[in-house]
Amino acid sequence: MVSEGAVVDHDFEDTGNPIHRVRKTAMWAFLGSEAFFFGAMISTFLLYRNTIGDGPGAEIFNIPFTSASSFVLLMSSLTMVLADNSFQKGDQRQGRVWLIGTALLGTTFLAGQIFEFTEFVHEGLTISTSPFGSSFYMLTGFHGLHVAVGVLLLSMLVFFSLRGRYSPDGGMNVELVALYWHFVDIVWIVIFTVVYLLQI
Amino acid sequence: MAVATREQAPAAADRGVWSWITTVDHKRIGIMYAVAAFIFFLVGGFEALLIRTQLAGPNGTVLSAEAYNQIFTMHGLTMVFAVIMPIAAAFQNYFVPLQIGARDVAFPRINAFAFWLFFFSALFLYTSFLFGGAPDGAWVGYAPLSTQLTEYVRMDYYSVGAQLLGVASLAGSINFIATIFTMRAPGMSLMRMPVFVWMTVVTSFLLILSLPVIGVGLWQLLFDRNFGTLFYAAQAQGDPLLWQHLFWIFGHPEVYVLILPAMGIVSEILPVMSRKPLFGYAFVVFSGIAIGFLGFGVWAHHMFTAGLGPVAEAGFGLATMLIAIPTGVKIFNWIGTTWGGRLKLTTPMLFSLGFISMFVIGGLSGVTHSIVPADTQQHDSYYIVAHFHYVLFGGAVLGYMAGAYYWFPKWTGKMLSETIGKWHFWITLIGFNLTFAPQHILGLDGMPRRTYRYDAGLGWDGWNLMSTIGSYLIAVGVLVFIWNIIRSWRNGEPAGNDPWDGRTLEWTTSSPPPVHNFDEVPVVHHVDDFWYRKYGIDEDGRAVKMPEVSGGALTVDTDTGGEDGDADAHDIHMPSPSYFPIIASAGVVILGAGLVFISSGAIGFGLLALGAIVSLWGFMGWAGEPITKEAH
Ligand code: HEM
Ligand SMILES: [Cu+2]
Repeated sequence: MVSEGAVVDHDFEDTGNPIHRVRKTAMWAFLGSEAFFFGAMISTFLLYRNTIGDGPGAEIFNIPFTSASSFVLLMSSLTMVLADNSFQKGDQRQGRVWLIGTALLGTTFLAGQIFEFTEFVHEGLTISTSPFGSSFYMLTGFHGLHVAVGVLLLSMLVFFSLRGRYSPDGGMNVELVALYWHFVDIVWIVIFTVVYLLQI
Repeated sequence: MAVATREQAPAAADRGVWSWITTVDHKRIGIMYAVAAFIFFLVGGFEALLIRTQLAGPNGTVLSAEAYNQIFTMHGLTMVFAVIMPIAAAFQNYFVPLQIGARDVAFPRINAFAFWLFFFSALFLYTSFLFGGAPDGAWVGYAPLSTQLTEYVRMDYYSVGAQLLGVASLAGSINFIATIFTMRAPGMSLMRMPVFVWMTVVTSFLLILSLPVIGVGLWQLLFDRNFGTLFYAAQAQGDPLLWQHLFWIFGHPEVYVLILPAMGIVSEILPVMSRKPLFGYAFVVFSGIAIGFLGFGVWAHHMFTAGLGPVAEAGFGLATMLIAIPTGVKIFNWIGTTWGGRLKLTTPMLFSLGFISMFVIGGLSGVTHSIVPADTQQHDSYYIVAHFHYVLFGGAVLGYMAGAYYWFPKWTGKMLSETIGKWHFWITLIGFNLTFAPQHILGLDGMPRRTYRYDAGLGWDGWNLMSTIGSYLIAVGVLVFIWNIIRSWRNGEPAGNDPWDGRTLEWTTSSPPPVHNFDEVPVVHHVDDFWYRKYGIDEDGRAVKMPEVSGGALTVDTDTGGEDGDADAHDIHMPSPSYFPIIASAGVVILGAGLVFISSGAIGFGLLALGAIVSLWGFMGWAGEPITKEAH
């Protein structure tokens, strides 16, 4: 509807399909909100980073392992760009390959996170060990949830594209999912730095 | 040239319950918000009467302590989340697209989803009375009280209910931002937007940036209560103050979310009723934006007795005094607008003037709270209750009432009765002051808030009785309002397109507007564009009515109207109705119910599973559904 019914700002009239501008504006607003969501959790973590009670603290982090899984997630941003690019050029076949690649990299990251969580629990860090544990699991857990939602969205894109129901103006859109995916990656870079690397 | 007064004869498919359930029309959604908000206003008002009846005299026996705690908590939650926020959303939904010359909001289905999610969540919050009891830890839900009430699911309802209402509001805000930034009519630059639209922008930004913060707090509360996390557990060195910070980083911007749309409405009404342009349009806009920014930097003024230390307290005290400046700027702009105008003392105007004067009183008591030593005396006393009711009832509610009288003609095509309206206004104003003015004195005399009874002989009896009498007078005012609505709806005076000699675009179209709002998209050349189509300025700078335009007819500048200047109404594709938003929102609320009962095992998991299925059905169907189905 928006493309026909709505009138878009004068200045933007000839910058391609207006519906993309409408949606991107909304997506940016949403991501702004998400930034504050993670910001509040990161603040909570910083407040409790040394409140470890009798349980383990930051020393149980396995930096090489998490660096590797962070690298996997970063690479998924690259494949996401390639997917977006292919779709923009109208090459959905190639685009689907990149989408599946992105989803697989995301899944690998999630598997790594599950493995890591299991290890930590064995070493005695649970959500109820200390405020440190609570805030660590909440922050990284919600981030993992965002990755999982991203994987779901990527799979839906592949599904719609396979059934021939993908259109850039339809409900699902590669460009928007790409924005979301990059955002989730950037948040991870912040989390990895603040939670794992900064040892004060 | 098409004229927007064309008769509205909706086809059979456009009527009936199903058409409302599946509607994605911003005007219908606006009306549903208004009706729902009004119903909850009656419920919240009933709770208020219970509270005042209990407190009418010493040692009241109407409510037990346990019941009292639930009633005042639900009163606060209802009035904030289920009355004022949705009534603001009602006006915004209906009038923002009309005022910017758009045919709908950017995301009509998300709009429907946001409404249903709000409505179901608010209902869901009320089911708590049936299952284990309503939230009883105050609307601020302070830890560790809120985490320790573990025998009940009450504060789980609080956590999940507020979370869901927040998500609904978030969806609505994102929609408004996208709509206002990308869908304005040609020529409607940002600085030509009506002030109400501007205030919607500021409110939406406040919401998208503050809701996630309380969202985190509400999750932490839920986790502490059900999964053994230690965020607020002092015995494990968790810090209950964290909750207060997260709550008020949301909470203070939230009070501006409640008041700014009302300020926008008043800024629309005053110029129309004073027959003058708004005095200092740019100042009003920028002070609104400044309030938005500063609003994020004053939250700890709610925590002056929490022991933050003198530096933080001085800083936040100063910041709080600062925020009174842009607020004062607005007040002077409003006064300047009426100054020297030929005032029409209509009901919307009376409510607007009531708004300004009551808001000034509330703002002044607010400034007294910013003085830290004074506030340590006032904090958690009835003085605070007096303050926030002057800004929230005297301010926000009177402002929305003004909006209701001003825009009812556009909604229904009928005028509300002016005579009954004036009765409504004066009864409400007197009742309101009788209720809340004495609470200043009660507070300064040491009566604490949130106590279910008090002893005789403390010097509080008379003031409390006065306050209770006032509250019943307010209730009479509400009844008068209901009578006015019913009477005027049935046989009110026909309104025509432009009953107030308005200045903004909503008055150019018919009352009620056609589904697609405007037959031809307007082209805007000025702030208050419609006024300039009706009036010219003579050599002495006086306004003269332009003879060729009869008030109210839609006139489109055909020179610049563009290629679609002669669009036929049949060529306008409006989004098709959809039932997926209501299904998706129901699914999300069922998920929420699952979270509330998660500690009860099977019930909780069953609800979670059901909620997951229903919401997946809703969202998947939604994603696969084309926006406009081929109708022809
Ligand atoms: C001039 C502007 C204002 C100033 C300086 C101000 C200042 C304050 C301060 C310092 C408090 C905390 C008092 C305490 O608990 O000890 C407070 C409480 C409150 N204010 Fe304001 N305020 C202003 C305007 C508003 C507006 C416009 C609203 C809402 C529309 C509002 C709503 C509230 C509410 C609801 C509370 C009580 C919250 C609670 O504890 O439940 N205020 N105000
Ligand atoms: Cu405040």
